[in-house]
Amino acid sequence: MLAYALRRLLGAIPTLFIIVTAAFFMMRIAPGGPFDQERTLEATVMANLNATFGLDRPLWQQYAMYLGNLARGDMGPSFIYRDMRVQEILAEGLPVSVQLGLTALILALGLGTLLGCLAALRQNHATDYAVIAVATFGITVPNFVTAPVLSLVFAVLLGWLPAQGWGDPQQMILPVIALALPQIAVIARLVRGAMIEALRSDHVRTARAYGLPARMVVVKHALRAAILPAVSYMGPAAAALLTGSIVVEQVFNLPGIGRYFVQGALNRDYTLVMGTVVIVAVFVVVFNLIVDLLYAVLDPRVRYE
Amino acid sequence: MSDAVLPPNDAGVAASRSLWATAWLRLRRNRAAKASLVVLIFMALAGLFGPLVAPHDYAKVYPEFVKVEPSLAPYPQADQIEPAAEAALRRARVDVEAIAISPGLVRIDIRSARAIDPRVTRYLDRSDMFSNARVATTSEDGRAATLEADISQLYFLAGTDAIGRDLLSRILISLRVSLMIGLLATGVALLIGVVYGATAGFVGGRVDNVMMRVVDILYSLPFVFFVILLVVFFGRNIVLMFIAVGCVEWLDMARIVRGQTLSLRRREFVQAAEALGVRGRDIVRRHIIPNTLGTVIIYMTLMIPRVILLESFLSFLGLGVQEPMTSLGVLIAEGAKNMRNAPFMLFWPALTMTVLLFALNFLGDGLRDALDPKDR
Repeated sequence: MLAYALRRLLGAIPTLFIIVTAAFFMMRIAPGGPFDQERTLEATVMANLNATFGLDRPLWQQYAMYLGNLARGDMGPSFIYRDMRVQEILAEGLPVSVQLGLTALILALGLGTLLGCLAALRQNHATDYAVIAVATFGITVPNFVTAPVLSLVFAVLLGWLPAQGWGDPQQMILPVIALALPQIAVIARLVRGAMIEALRSDHVRTARAYGLPARMVVVKHALRAAILPAVSYMGPAAAALLTGSIVVEQVFNLPGIGRYFVQGALNRDYTLVMGTVVIVAVFVVVFNLIVDLLYAVLDPRVRYE
Repeated sequence: MSDAVLPPNDAGVAASRSLWATAWLRLRRNRAAKASLVVLIFMALAGLFGPLVAPHDYAKVYPEFVKVEPSLAPYPQADQIEPAAEAALRRARVDVEAIAISPGLVRIDIRSARAIDPRVTRYLDRSDMFSNARVATTSEDGRAATLEADISQLYFLAGTDAIGRDLLSRILISLRVSLMIGLLATGVALLIGVVYGATAGFVGGRVDNVMMRVVDILYSLPFVFFVILLVVFFGRNIVLMFIAVGCVEWLDMARIVRGQTLSLRRREFVQAAEALGVRGRDIVRRHIIPNTLGTVIIYMTLMIPRVILLESFLSFLGLGVQEPMTSLGVLIAEGAKNMRNAPFMLFWPALTMTVLLFALNFLGDGLRDALDPKDR
């Protein structure tokens, strides 16, 4: 399995290379530059700026330089936040985004599994219908609707929780709920379906026949099979959380990297955008790998050579 | 979809009609889907004709009615008239002595140190609250006069936005934009996905491997980041939105069509066409693609809400359609900014979006159940 993990990591390098290349050239083909302002700068100032940041060299040279620096862990200077390296800016935002995303992911997995199991155990009863209703709502309503509405209800109208900011655990509640809700819904639906199937399977019937307590049958035998679809959904879920955090960070005014991405793109801050794309891509690739390995641990039928 | 219910390609109309007739029957038995269909038709009509019959243009600004509450009663309300008249005439540099308000009409006595110019009425007309202002009587010395003006009756059923545009008209036009983008971008996704998937499935072998590997790689990427880059860097025009959104959503379609093609490829009529020496491209076009259409339509109805969502997501971030044109995402973003003092600005667009998405999803699920007996 270690060999498999290593091979997968090596296999990810071409993927990352393609992403970096595509993002780099896409940005450079586009019109506009980081130093375009309403008042045009003097030609000499412009030339000096371009020379400082290496923008006056041929594109392929800039590309080679960027790749070289990236390989050494340097993402280059930001074009807009003067005197800041991109890795410094991202190092500030990343902990916020990761904390937000991981909390949401854990909440989604926990609550989603719980709701899915409850619904499956009481199939076609009120609990089941309630869970299905919540899941349908969560899947249908996007988080750019739920996030402002949650903020409106719980922060503005009721005043129970802070509407924005970061640092105090209370300020995490609303963003995490807004971010996790769609994933809770999807996971609940997946687990419900798999659980219903698992409860009818032979090994669960055998366990029941042996007279194991009902709770034990569900938790030890049925759940293990029922949670598999949820685990394999973790990859897409991570991607959805990354996208969702752009919205949530904007609505709740959080200092994460999602904000830098949109702002950076609007300001043509080439290196900052590249840095965000690289971080996100690495994150997704590594996360997919972890999910695959986890799958093998949970499902003894899966073996990676 | 199982092969048995697929309409044979050249078997005539009767067979294919029966499939759709059964599907229609099944759909009509599904209450949620039926209600959704009604809601969607209503929303499509509202988007198509609503902006034509709406009392206000979606871009018309009423500076005196900024963020007014939704109300069934006409604006201006009684307590707004006096201050508005005073403010207008202060600009005209005359003193207001008395204001009498009767239904639909306001009478204002004014006095000035100099002779009153009859053109003073223009200051009243300039306000959105009054129209047809006229001088009723003038005193002998010309330094006092009574003005009369009709009071407008403006209905803002959903209130107005942060710069005084009618929210209802804006919701109607954004429905049109969202539905239009939903349909057209789905078309783009459909085109790419069907052609790509059919080609991969038909050619098979190494080409298929590589093509599907590419889909897998793209699938694992947070593709939305690339769409954002695309939209930011190449300007925000609607055509680009279609392409950008379509480029993200084609992956599922490609996978589904490939799967269908793989099973169709082994069918006798495809083999017969091959034996007759029909070119691969023609087989795909004449035999493969028409036979995948049933499945494609099902997934299309489920793709439309996703496309609308993606467009609104981009608009929410300020990367979508540009002012004064609007879309549900833009309206929700504006509502979120103003929710402290004008919560209705968030409420109505969010409600519209929610209802629209619910209806589309329920109808999509209903259609899938109706057309795909295996999946029930």
